[in-house]
Amino acid sequence: MLGNEALFEGAVAAGARFYAGYPITPSSEIAELAARRLPALGGTYVQMEDEMGSLAAVIGASLAGVMAFTATSGPGFSLMQEHIGLAAMAEVPCVIIDVQRSGPSTGLATRPAQADVMQARWGTHGDHAAVALAPASVEDCFFVAARAFELAELLRAPVIVLADEVIGHLRERATLPAAGELQPARRRWPACPPDEYRPYAPDPDGVPPLAAFGSDYIFRANSSMHDERGYPSSSPEVAARVIRRLCDKVAGAEPAIARWRAFGPDGRAIAGPPAGLDALLVSYGAAARAARAAAHEARTAGVSAAVLQLELIWPFPVEVVEQWGLQARRVLVPEMNLGQLVLEVERVIGKRRPVTGVHRSDGEALTPDDILPHLLGVRA
Amino acid sequence: MPLFWCAGCGNGVILGALLRVFAKLDLDPRRMVAVTGIGCFGKADDYIKTNAVHATHGRALAVATGVKLANPDLTVVALMGDGDCATIGGNHLIHAARRNVGVLAVVANNLNYGMTGGQFSATTPEGGISSTSPYGNPEAAFDLCALAEAAGAPFVARTTVYHVAQVQNLLEAALRRPVFSLVEVLSSCPVHFGRHNNRPRPKDMMDLWRDVALPVARFREMDPPQRAGKYPIGVLVDRERPDFCARYAEVRERARAGGAGTRPAPAER
Repeated sequence: MLGNEALFEGAVAAGARFYAGYPITPSSEIAELAARRLPALGGTYVQMEDEMGSLAAVIGASLAGVMAFTATSGPGFSLMQEHIGLAAMAEVPCVIIDVQRSGPSTGLATRPAQADVMQARWGTHGDHAAVALAPASVEDCFFVAARAFELAELLRAPVIVLADEVIGHLRERATLPAAGELQPARRRWPACPPDEYRPYAPDPDGVPPLAAFGSDYIFRANSSMHDERGYPSSSPEVAARVIRRLCDKVAGAEPAIARWRAFGPDGRAIAGPPAGLDALLVSYGAAARAARAAAHEARTAGVSAAVLQLELIWPFPVEVVEQWGLQARRVLVPEMNLGQLVLEVERVIGKRRPVTGVHRSDGEALTPDDILPHLLGVRA
Repeated sequence: MPLFWCAGCGNGVILGALLRVFAKLDLDPRRMVAVTGIGCFGKADDYIKTNAVHATHGRALAVATGVKLANPDLTVVALMGDGDCATIGGNHLIHAARRNVGVLAVVANNLNYGMTGGQFSATTPEGGISSTSPYGNPEAAFDLCALAEAAGAPFVARTTVYHVAQVQNLLEAALRRPVFSLVEVLSSCPVHFGRHNNRPRPKDMMDLWRDVALPVARFREMDPPQRAGKYPIGVLVDRERPDFCARYAEVRERARAGGAGTRPAPAER
């Protein structure tokens, strides 16, 4: 199946039944599938006038109790930054799929890139956390999309799926769970009686339970700084507490929600870092596929390289990267941009291991040949 | 919450009328959602006991669309000022009307951006003085109701905060229909617009509304040159159009019957 198709199916399997979007290459297949498949499931597809309206409608639907998502690419992702901020401040679960393409601006509509990584982290203004996942195969697309909804409801936050045009338009075999086998994502409802419910009063993990409009719980969502009841507040104490909680609830969850796959020098999946690695490749999305092929080829030249394929990109999995990186002589970060995730890797481990980015930003997919010379040079 | 609006602000008249309509229609607050924009009237949600979303500037109707489509049984109202609805939100107004989502859009039009200090908006009259048009506004103003009508809104009405009883009557008439409705209420901002345009006292603004608002039937009888500077008030548009949720229910029927999806019949294309 197509990567974009698997993204849609994963969303539906997780329980999503509302899609609001604006078509944009290379994500339009997701919108078309939503228009075709959601009505028969009792769901809704609405084609909004632009990407600001799209994510706004997604947020409205989520507050009304229907799991909701949208899909876009660079130019639309830029427009959605406004409401990623709204979802972050008002703490509204929702999923935004960004099938990354070459930019900036209109750029190359049909060509891949991985250059929205930092935008996914910082695109919307203010102090805020970000949650972003990157699929590296068609099968990944299904499970990553489903996981995105799980995280959105767990953290009461917007979650971004950072796909790319290679993965989105790739056709390959995927093994999907049988119908009903995947647990749908579930909202954390308040346990208290309706008249005691405060929509921004957090549980011990920093996340407030969320009801839905139309239930017995009456509540408010607010884009302005607000107190636990959702009423506006300009008190410095409230602002400090809320801003810190919005960031901490995600940062604090990172160890539990981090997801990655790793492949040893022989190409097989491994659970822990082998000792004595020449190189560790930290990568994600389409670049990870090239990394794995390059690592495999480098082995015949006597260079032992492992690939750490990150699924959770934000919050950045600090402990995992550190643990794996310290087992290698050098860390390489291949990505289809001029250097974005490499900055995080450098931040985490750059003082203790040499970190080298392997970059390509020309609208073409990164290839094993782009990476191999760097691997072969590790031993030199 | 202490009331945020200035003495002489017309917004309280609109909010009061709306709350009286809610009470009269005996609506269940659990099934109601007020979506507000940013600006003075956008703060109306602080004083309402229903569900509420204080959304981003200009996007209340887009959020309201999502709420209504996800649960058509909810009564959804969008409370916006002229900056929020007609200026930054203009595109969402046009499409909400075209789509005919069953939301009541209440626009408090006080002819400027009040909260940010009195800059001109898309409804400030040509020549009007404001903090960003100190030599007179070089731009013409929107006729919000004509815009909504052209976009397809089935129910469009206008009144002013001087015509207190009519405010309530129009809001009630709008809420009784499941369609997209726009009720524009010309409102007073004596502190900014009024002060800049020779109407600094609340009473001066009320006199303005009394003088420039005409019942629509009388307005339509006038010759075009006589209409300059006047606003027709009352129900301006009241027509039948199936709302979006009704049409989408049909889509679901066809989807369930047609399996993987069929091309629409020639007459619908």
